[in-house]
Amino acid sequence: MSEPRVIVVGGGLAGLMSAIRAAEAGVPVDLFSIVPVKRSHSVCAQGGINAAKNTKGEGDSTAKHFDDTVYGGDFLANQPPVKAMCDAAPAIIDLLDRMGVMFNRTAEGLLDYRRFGGTLYHRTAFAGATTGQQMLYALDEQVRRFEAESKVKKYEGWTFLSAVLDGTGVSRGICAMDLRTLEVCTFPSDATVYCTGGIGAIFGRSTNSVVCTGSAQSALFQQGVDYANGEFIQVHPTAIPGEDKLRLMSESARGEGGRVWVPKQPGDARPPLQIPDSERLYFLEEWYPTYGNLVPRDVATRAIHKVIFELKLGVGGEPAVYLDLTHLSREVLDRKLEGILETYQKFLGVDPHVEPMKVFPGMHYTMGGIWVDNETQATNVPGIFAAGECEYQYHGANRLGANSLLSCLWGGMVAGPAAVRHARGLEKGCESVEPSVFEGERKRQEARNERLLLQEGSENPIAIWKEMGKWMTEHVTVTRHNKDLERTDAKLQELLERYNKINLSDRSRWSNQTLCFARELFNMLVLARVITLGALARNESRGAHYKPEFPERDDKNWLRTTRASSADGRIQLRYEPVDTSLIPPRARKYGVAK
Amino acid sequence: MAEKKTVIVQVKRQASPKDRPHWEEFELPWRPHMNVIICLRDIAERPITRDATPTTPVVYESNCLEEVCGSCAMVINGKVRMACSALVDRLAQPIRLEPMTKFPVVRDLAVDRSVMFENLKRMKAWVPIDGTYDLGGGPRMSPDLQAKAYPLSRCFTCGACLEVCPQINKHNNFVGAAIISQVRLFNMHPTGAMHARERLEAIMGPGGVHDCGNAQNCVKICPKGIPLTESIAEVNREAIRQAVLGWLLGK
Repeated sequence: MSEPRVIVVGGGLAGLMSAIRAAEAGVPVDLFSIVPVKRSHSVCAQGGINAAKNTKGEGDSTAKHFDDTVYGGDFLANQPPVKAMCDAAPAIIDLLDRMGVMFNRTAEGLLDYRRFGGTLYHRTAFAGATTGQQMLYALDEQVRRFEAESKVKKYEGWTFLSAVLDGTGVSRGICAMDLRTLEVCTFPSDATVYCTGGIGAIFGRSTNSVVCTGSAQSALFQQGVDYANGEFIQVHPTAIPGEDKLRLMSESARGEGGRVWVPKQPGDARPPLQIPDSERLYFLEEWYPTYGNLVPRDVATRAIHKVIFELKLGVGGEPAVYLDLTHLSREVLDRKLEGILETYQKFLGVDPHVEPMKVFPGMHYTMGGIWVDNETQATNVPGIFAAGECEYQYHGANRLGANSLLSCLWGGMVAGPAAVRHARGLEKGCESVEPSVFEGERKRQEARNERLLLQEGSENPIAIWKEMGKWMTEHVTVTRHNKDLERTDAKLQELLERYNKINLSDRSRWSNQTLCFARELFNMLVLARVITLGALARNESRGAHYKPEFPERDDKNWLRTTRASSADGRIQLRYEPVDTSLIPPRARKYGVAK
Repeated sequence: MAEKKTVIVQVKRQASPKDRPHWEEFELPWRPHMNVIICLRDIAERPITRDATPTTPVVYESNCLEEVCGSCAMVINGKVRMACSALVDRLAQPIRLEPMTKFPVVRDLAVDRSVMFENLKRMKAWVPIDGTYDLGGGPRMSPDLQAKAYPLSRCFTCGACLEVCPQINKHNNFVGAAIISQVRLFNMHPTGAMHARERLEAIMGPGGVHDCGNAQNCVKICPKGIPLTESIAEVNREAIRQAVLGWLLGK
């Protein structure tokens, strides 16, 4: 075969790392991204990245990082890949350091580490409170260097539409659309790595960026790529609600000593700093004495919901709790948390140095995602790999803070070379595929555009999206009841019916964002069903998945991975065992040391 | 009963690079904590102008909505800024939205800023590493150096500094403050500094640091408060030092 070709779809941390590693292995890479890669959602990661470097003499180790991650994920993750990631973490930090990431430093000039949720160790390296941005930039710069050397070709401003599969179900390339000209093209590849990120838009409002729709994952699912543990959705305990987005207030605020509290007296109208300590309920510290404010996110989120909705202690009777930094020194806050304090000040006009922040939980992350194997990030479709938030491998039923940047990079480090090996191992490459395979896919996607652009309908795509988001947030996030999940799935099916009658308010053929959104909307609705049906079926409570009707973790029946597949447009769920060969499952409690 | 509070937004529309721009006006229901992005989303949901004429949703770039990705820069009431952090209650009405003028318009408020990324490539704005293999940690760095470099590395390439720079015009190909500041950042890094000369040579070329007219608008407009004029002065000093050295050594 001729020179192998690798495509990477998505230019966030996982995509850039996949591209770097594939290019380094000597294979030219075509890199596709909706936005200029420097604007990818990875920039929003704030608090840091975990690696057990044990620089504070606490006796931390990669084995403890591994245990914290598995325990934090309530034992749903396959353990060998998690161990490999935790073992690789210290060298990943070194690499980022060499690339020039401006991590905070100690007096000795070494990297500083702070505490984060779900661990008792200082294990999180950070660059102020914009660690994701700093890391994305470092990788963006390395890719720019490869680009200057013609080893990577970027297609920025292109959106992925579908995989090109040959008659035997093997991936032979992708079909994508230029967002300006709306031209639909196919691109051949011998291996494709998908790093298409989060799915926040399915919940309407979330902490995610605009491009995090899950559209690519859903398109792949509809083409036969399995999707695993979709029901595990992380709701971050501390976000600032906004009509357009829920802005994250990093866990690092608590890692640096921030305290969460509400007035003990319901509806207490006094300004927060006039409420004496004795009249405040520091509920996380009280209920979870060992981990306190640094319990994992699922635990903190449920506690906040309990305080607000059961105990009716929300600040001023509203759905909010205080996240208080006012007792910390200004110097420390500015050096370590500047980015998020600036965000709060800019968007709410309140200075968190002098007034406690008001926060509420918000949809943040999907632990579930594209099914991949334990060793190579390969999906069930030959030639298709996945890395980063879009896949399911590393976080089980709940992700620990500062593990997502790590899993993006590690996933990319594995997927890039694995894609190259796959491409080089093929007997016949994409060049041997009949042109009609590519032509057929392009025509299918073009026909879909034409239908949307020409049809006269009565439904507004934004209205459908908002309705989906409202239902998903209300019924498929923190607390789940089977009857509501059934109703949600019925609603989603109704929305899919209504989707057939959507009417585009923009029918032009140049830079038409309405068309792209309409295409994404269909995919979001399908993936919303996968999530909802997974949640409905899983009759237990584990990690972020909480059902009051089934309040306990049920290892006997549910220590299993949900694996969803699409067959003739129907969603089918099956289950496979979790590899718990390294750490036997045990009860998960954060009130005491493990 | 008092009339319902509304927000009046005027948008400069342009269907494509070839079309002529025109203005449209919208009246939107006011809600607390609105920003310009929410206004544009309202228009997208119900694209009807104030005089009841149906139109199309406004095309614009946006992504993170928390002022960290650099996408949504536009000219709002005559001043370039990020739309996500432009709060309606702090803006005079009618709110006038225009695309940035120093970049080619793609459609409506979306412009093409790829020239900035191309210039980063020209300036070799990266730390050259030997590979992603495990080669141990990076160079030690004092907390002071980190504290100086970190603000520079928060530049999100929004283009606001180019928008306000009088030297960015049809007769000049000045790279602008953001790019010069990145040269300073990489020359500051212990490994990056080993290759400072290459970057300085590039930044001394046409459109480089010498084209700065010292208007100092850039530093006032930067949404991240990056000390851009300090960067320009520093790179200028380095460039002169290099030029003089080169002359003395006969290179």
